[in-house]
Amino acid sequence: MTDTNAGRVSLEAARPLSPHLQVYRPLLTMVMSITHRITGIALYAGTVLLAWFLLALAAGPGPFSIASAVFGSIIGQVILFGFTWALFQHLLGGIRHFVWDMGYGMEHPEREYLALMSAIGGITLAAVVWIIRFLV
Amino acid sequence: MANDVQSLQTASKKIRHLGSAKSGVTQARMMHMTSIALMPLTIAFVWILLGLIGKDYAGVHASLGHVVPALVVLLFTGVGIYHMQLGMRTIIEDYIHGRHAKEWSLMANAFFCIGINIACLFAILKVGFSA
Repeated sequence: MTDTNAGRVSLEAARPLSPHLQVYRPLLTMVMSITHRITGIALYAGTVLLAWFLLALAAGPGPFSIASAVFGSIIGQVILFGFTWALFQHLLGGIRHFVWDMGYGMEHPEREYLALMSAIGGITLAAVVWIIRFLV
Repeated sequence: MANDVQSLQTASKKIRHLGSAKSGVTQARMMHMTSIALMPLTIAFVWILLGLIGKDYAGVHASLGHVVPALVVLLFTGVGIYHMQLGMRTIIEDYIHGRHAKEWSLMANAFFCIGINIACLFAILKVGFSA
């Protein structure tokens, strides 16, 4: 009795209580799910830049020229490209969730296609916007 | 807390903010509604920003000051920032479990989002009314 109890306790102690991300092999659907959340967090931080841009525009030519110079710098452009990608990736991730909410795309081949399409789509849309940006 | 049998807390009090105690579904519904609203708004917002390329201060000010672009940016920031407040709330509820840490985080989230939303609102209205 005492022995079986002791065995049970040590088994419980050794058991992984809540398997988390590092336990699983990365899957495309899982990576896109994490990407959705991370891009959401990035966009959250990015609103500071958007608010700064709008406030600088409202404040006048002086503040606007400072914001313009920062956003026009190489680092600024890289951040804005990341912002664009995060926006489209999160938008497509949202559409993916919308498709699921309508009751479609949850089975095996479909959900993989959805994940792949959202990954390719996010990069493509961001690239298209920035090609237009440099052509105009 | 130690003796739940003698607790005077009701079940709804214990699961406040987390269960379907008359208010839980609202958050999910608002998340869906704002998501759907943001689909066309995001496209329109990016379209407007692409139209600003190469313009100087006066040009950008005049473009964003027009009624339709100003309204689109206003709706995008208003709905988008509310959407992101709900999203960050979900993240906080997922990862931050300390009773005080969670409440402070949710409050900081609300302060940040309301502050940034009002700042954008003020800026767009100022540009719109002075265009």
